[in-house]
Amino acid sequence: MLTILFDGIAYGMLLFILACGLTVTLGLMNFINLAHGAFAMAGGYITVIMMNRYGISFYWCLPAAFLVAAVIGLVLERTLYQWLYQAPHLDQVLFSIGIVFMAVAGTDYFMGGQQQLINLPPELSGRMEVMGVGVGRYRLFTIVLCALLAIALQLILSKTRFGSRLRAAVDDRRVAMGLGINVPVVFALTFAFGSGLAGLGGAMGAEILGLDPNFPLKFMIYFLIVVSVGGTSTVSGPFLAALLLGIADVAGKYYVPAIGPFVIYGLMIVMLIVRPNGLFARGGR
Amino acid sequence: MLKRRTLLAAAGVALGALAAVPAAAQETVKVGLILPMTGPFASTGRQVSAGAKTFLEMKGDTVAGKKIELIIRDDAGVADQTRRIAQELVVNEGVKLLAGGGLTPLAMAVAPVATQAKVPMIVTSAGTASITKASPFITRTSGTLPQYSLPVGTWAAENGIKKVVTLVSDYGPGIDAEKWFSKEFKGKGGEIIEAVRVPLANPDFAPFLQRVRDAKPDAVFVFLPSGAGALFMKQFADRGLPEAGVKLIATGDVTDDDILNSMGKPALGTITGHFYATAHDSPENKAYVEAFTKANDNMRPNFMSVGGYDSMALIYAALEKTNGDVSGPAFMEAVKGMSWTSPRGPVSIDPETRDIIQNIYMREVKELDGELHNVEFATFKDLKDPEKAEAN
Repeated sequence: MLTILFDGIAYGMLLFILACGLTVTLGLMNFINLAHGAFAMAGGYITVIMMNRYGISFYWCLPAAFLVAAVIGLVLERTLYQWLYQAPHLDQVLFSIGIVFMAVAGTDYFMGGQQQLINLPPELSGRMEVMGVGVGRYRLFTIVLCALLAIALQLILSKTRFGSRLRAAVDDRRVAMGLGINVPVVFALTFAFGSGLAGLGGAMGAEILGLDPNFPLKFMIYFLIVVSVGGTSTVSGPFLAALLLGIADVAGKYYVPAIGPFVIYGLMIVMLIVRPNGLFARGGR
Repeated sequence: MLKRRTLLAAAGVALGALAAVPAAAQETVKVGLILPMTGPFASTGRQVSAGAKTFLEMKGDTVAGKKIELIIRDDAGVADQTRRIAQELVVNEGVKLLAGGGLTPLAMAVAPVATQAKVPMIVTSAGTASITKASPFITRTSGTLPQYSLPVGTWAAENGIKKVVTLVSDYGPGIDAEKWFSKEFKGKGGEIIEAVRVPLANPDFAPFLQRVRDAKPDAVFVFLPSGAGALFMKQFADRGLPEAGVKLIATGDVTDDDILNSMGKPALGTITGHFYATAHDSPENKAYVEAFTKANDNMRPNFMSVGGYDSMALIYAALEKTNGDVSGPAFMEAVKGMSWTSPRGPVSIDPETRDIIQNIYMREVKELDGELHNVEFATFKDLKDPEKAEAN
């Protein structure tokens, strides 16, 4: 029972790291970026290449995955995305899904279509007993790291100058610019940061979720569920939503395996009926 | 005068040669190989096409006075594409033989084309038993899931395993595997305490593995497509099931030779049943593996590749028998009862069902020269597909 809860939390945390970048672009910058998973995949493949081809330690791969995905995000934002901020949402959807297909085909061409596997350092593999509960070491690592990231993210957005600038830029772009805030730079950095988080999530998820060229398509639904249930105006909303979905998914598959895969969708429907604007929606948006 | 006539004659011969040589002296037989070369099942396409090409490289491209031309097309794993490409190849390209069928639906999609055009279709990969029933022009060089799930059940029952949980992907082949393993295992006195079906698109195995663990079986029988199988293997070890005394027995798809090496230590000791292992010990296989790895940048040939290789072997053997006649009925007549020595061991085509009869080997994952391999330790000889054998 507790093991299931633990697995669910680990899975939810992973979903959160993967999806929270999308919360930022979708909620704060009001841009529908379906290509979010492509950045996650980039992070995953960076890890695979670094570990399997060059034998670099897993711990170094995580920041590298973050940085590379962030740089890719920054470059794409400056060259492509920024022209579409004012475009209608349908254009954004078409544009970003196009990027997904290009990423899928490109990865398939360069890396092959097979499942990529990494071998974790020994101290992270296996499991241990904590007060009678079987706990996977890697899942514990995931939970701790993701929880720290979630706290840091919340603090950055609510307490720092950069956070308030970002929120100002989102609320009223013109006034923010009039106050001397360099909105394009703020947006670019935010976008890069969100992409970097996705890359980190992809790197961490390679062990649990697997990694192949169809990653962005496979997980797009999960990201969107997290963001739509959690709402896009806060960090804590998607965080709780991801945890809830992770636990529901794992528990559903454990207790009622016959309908397990549907539990997560059922939950989404209920949540959207009860709270159509997300768990912690700010009124009137 | 004479000179001019000679010239004319020479020109005539030359023209004739251009137009007619393929028809007279050395006719070209086009073989259409339709495979998923891109998309999620690209590794299947890569292996099968490499296997088929290896055969042509080793044995030359002429047989019974015909030149074999391989036309490889990509269907990206989408059944309607497969159908369209098959039609196009038969109608426009004049293809006389079809091969491929990376997945069950893809093979099924070609069946009506094969029947209507009377073009033989050789299934190189798909493993659902019923495929060969879809058209009288279909034969197979891979294997069927019942064929290699059943012996795993026999082996388990005879080797002290009493209680088993089955865990399969929830689609055609998975259900085939579950059915035939369970039937054999129960028939021999074993007990299935739980049957778990995992959705095909499943990111995390945690809940299913926990269920297996809590059921406390002696072993878990697994069928999953090869990529998902690798992921499963790692999570199986991570959850401490080996320490909890749960053995892992599976069909060979899970320990696919192509990616076995990258699974690492957790795979060691896994018992699987299948028709081909790269480490199979025979002179035919040594020659095959050497030619294959040399031509493919050290990629390891897996069971998919040998299906591709044998599709060509079957075409060659049948054309020799028909003396180069590629018309559908004659070719299929030649195929029935055909036997040859494949890299996997002796194989033949069942004259009644047109499906393959072959040895199924029980293997254990071991380290050989620093690499992980499926090492064979027991053989079930000349097995037919049990599903069709039962129906007869």
